[in-house]
Amino acid sequence: MQCQCSKTQSDLSLLEPVLANYAAVKGSLITILQQAQEIYGYLPMDVIYHIAEKTGTTPARVLGVATFYTQFRFQPVGKYLIMLCDGTACHVNGSARIAAAVQEYLGVENGGTTADGLFSFSIVACLGCCSLSPVMMINEDTYGSLTPAKVLDILKEIQAKEAAQ
Amino acid sequence: MSIRIAVGKGSCGIAAGAQKVYDALESALQGSAVTLGTVGCIGMCWLEPIVDIYEDDRLAARLVQVQPKDAGIIADAAKSGDYSGVEALRITDGDSSFLTQQTRIALRNCGIIDPESIESAKAAGGYSAITHILKDGVSPEDVIECIKVSGLAGRGGAGFPTWFKWNAARQSAGDEKYLICNADEGDPGAFMDRAVIESDPHTLIEGMLIGAYAIGAKEAIVYVRAEYPLAIRRLAHAIKEARSAGYIGKSIMGSAFSCEFRIKAGAGAFVCGEETALIESLQGQRGMPRLKPPFPAQAGYWYKPSNINNVETFANVSWIINNGGEAFAAMGTEDSKGTKVFALTGKIRRGGLVEIPMGMTLRQVIFDIGGGIRGGKAFKAVQMGGPSGGCIPASLLDTVIDYKKLAATGAIMGSGGMVVMDEDTCMVSMAKFFLDFTAKESCGKCVHCRIGTKRLQEILTRIVEGKGRGGDIELLEELCSGVKDGALCGLGQTAPNPVLSTLRYFRDEFEAHITEKRCPAHTCTDLLHYEINADACKGCTLCAKKCPVGAISGSVKQPHSIDQKQCIKCGQCFANCKFGAVTVK
Repeated sequence: MQCQCSKTQSDLSLLEPVLANYAAVKGSLITILQQAQEIYGYLPMDVIYHIAEKTGTTPARVLGVATFYTQFRFQPVGKYLIMLCDGTACHVNGSARIAAAVQEYLGVENGGTTADGLFSFSIVACLGCCSLSPVMMINEDTYGSLTPAKVLDILKEIQAKEAAQ
Repeated sequence: MSIRIAVGKGSCGIAAGAQKVYDALESALQGSAVTLGTVGCIGMCWLEPIVDIYEDDRLAARLVQVQPKDAGIIADAAKSGDYSGVEALRITDGDSSFLTQQTRIALRNCGIIDPESIESAKAAGGYSAITHILKDGVSPEDVIECIKVSGLAGRGGAGFPTWFKWNAARQSAGDEKYLICNADEGDPGAFMDRAVIESDPHTLIEGMLIGAYAIGAKEAIVYVRAEYPLAIRRLAHAIKEARSAGYIGKSIMGSAFSCEFRIKAGAGAFVCGEETALIESLQGQRGMPRLKPPFPAQAGYWYKPSNINNVETFANVSWIINNGGEAFAAMGTEDSKGTKVFALTGKIRRGGLVEIPMGMTLRQVIFDIGGGIRGGKAFKAVQMGGPSGGCIPASLLDTVIDYKKLAATGAIMGSGGMVVMDEDTCMVSMAKFFLDFTAKESCGKCVHCRIGTKRLQEILTRIVEGKGRGGDIELLEELCSGVKDGALCGLGQTAPNPVLSTLRYFRDEFEAHITEKRCPAHTCTDLLHYEINADACKGCTLCAKKCPVGAISGSVKQPHSIDQKQCIKCGQCFANCKFGAVTVK
C-alpha cells in the first residue's frame, strides 16, 4: 500500500488551540483526537502525524489508539450520520429490517457514505434508548419505535429539506 | 397554591417527542401563572412523553403519551384546576402500578426533580449527607463502616462489596489517590446509568464526594460513554453548579476536605467497562486490561491508589448515610442487600426502569410490574447481564433476584439489563448475536478471547445458516471452557456465558438447527421454507404483487405457488396474505 500521509491537506492551524490546551497534559491523547474529529469531521492522516509530532510520540501509537475506539473515523462522513442501534433490545425488536430498508433505499453498506455526501450509515452498539427500540440517531437527534416505512419517511424528509435549500 | 407543569426530558422522552410537547406547552402557557419545568426520566418509557401537573408539591395529574396538539387542553386544565378535559390522557391505574410496586432509592429523584437545578436537588435532600459528614465531623472510617453495615455491593455487575474496595484504597499508602466513576455503560440493553445521570446528576456527585472523602481522594473523574451526549451535558452543568455552591473545590464547606471533579468522555470500547481497561483509557492509551494484582486500590490511575465504582452504586451512597446502613440492609436477602435497578426491555408490555428490593422473583418483575409479554405471545426467556450473562427460561421464572441465586442459573445479576424474549425469538440466533458483539469488542490482548470468540462466532454462524455439522455442540462447549479459562479480564471470562446458558436450556433448538435444518422460532431466514396451501388460497394475487423477486406465480382466482429456487425468504407473502394461506416451516 502506498503511503497515505501526504494525500490529505488539512488546515492544521485549526488544531492549534486544542494542542495548546492538551499537548503537554499527560494522558490527553483521546481528548485531542476527539476534538480533532469534531473540527475535521474525521481524522485525516496528516492530522494524525501532526498530533504525534506535537505530543512527542509516534504516528503508530496515535493511530493505534485511534483505531482501537469505534468513535474515531478515518474517512469523511456525510452531512447526516445515521447511527442505527443494534443493541439487544433493538435486535430482538427487528433492527435488522430497519438496516435492510436504509441500505436498500440509500444504496450504502454499513460504514458507507452516499455518493452525494449527504448520508453516512453506521450500525452501532447500544444507544441506551432500549424502550423505544428499534432506535437510531441522525446526528444528535434520536428516533424511536422505527418501522421500515417510518425510517424511509424520515430520510425522505431530510432529502426534501436539503433539496429545498 | 402554585401550579407547575413538568415535562419528562430524558433521552428517550426526547426521542418520543417530549421537546416538541415542551415547546407547545411553553407557548400555550404564555402570560399565565403556571410554571413549566423540565424533569428527567421517571422510567415509564413506554408511556413517553409524560407530563406531570403539580399543585404545590402534590402530583395532581400524570398525563401520558402526550402530543404537542394536547398542549392547549393541558394548559387550560392547569390554569383552571379542572382536569376533566385531560382525563383521556391520564395514566391508568394498571400503568401506575408499574411505579407503586417499586422501591426507589437510586432512582428516588429521577423524573421528579429538575436535573438542571441544584436548588431542586437540594429541596429533595441533595447534599445533606455530605454536609452532615463534614459539619458533624464523621470520620472516613465511620463512613466506610456505615457502607459495610449496609451491605452495598457493586452494581456494575461483579457485585463486589463496596466498603471493601473503599477500605483497601483508604489503607493504601500515598497522598495522591483517585476516585473514578464508571459510567461507560456498554451492556447492550442497559440504560439505568444514563437515566440517573440525565435525571439526577447531583445524587451521583454527592455519592462520589462521600467516596472521595472516605478513601482520601482529591480528584474525582467520571468516565462517561460518548454516546450519551445529554448525560454529559447535564453532568457538566451539575458539576459547575456544585462548584459554585461550594460542594466541589478546595476546603469544602470550610473543612479540610478538598476535591476536584472532571468528566472524561469515552471513545467507544465495551472492554473499557473493565476497571483496569478503563484506567488505561483514562491515561490516553488503548483500553486493554492489566494483570491483577496489583488491584486499582493499590496501583490504579497513573499507578496511584484508585477506587472505581459504578453510577448506580454511588447513587445509593447518600441515602445510606442519611438513613443508616441498617435501613438499607433491612431490604433484600441474606446475600444481597438493598435494591437493584433493572432496565426492562425487549418483548415486554411495559418497558422501562424498575428498581426493586433484592429478593423479588423474576416473575414478579416481568409479569406483575412489566405487565407480561406484548401482543399475547408466550414468554420464552429473559437475558440477564447482557453479553456477559445468560438466559433464564420460563421454568425458572420463580428464581429470586439475588447475586447467588441468579448465578446458579448460569446467568448473572450484571449491570441490570433484562431483555425479555418471546416465542418468536430464536435462541441460537441470540447466542450468535452476543458472540458477534464480544468477538468485535475483544481487545485482542489474550489469544483465547481474541481467537476463541471468533471461532465460536463462526460455528454459531454456520449453525444458523443451516450448515451446522455433527459435533458442533461439543466443539462449542470445549471452546467455551477454553475461553473462560484463558482470558485475563471479565469480558473474555464471561463471553461464553450466553452460549453455555442457551445450550443448557435450549439444546433442542441447537439440535433442530443442526440435524433437521429447522429453526423452531422461524427466524433464521436460511432455514425457512414458505409454501402456499392450495386449499386456502383464494387466488387474490396479492402475494404475487408483493413478492420482490417474482417467485410467485398463478392465475386470478386460482391457487398460487412459490418457486423455491427463486424465493429469497423475505416473508412478504406470509405477512400480506389475508387468508392465512401462506405457511412457514
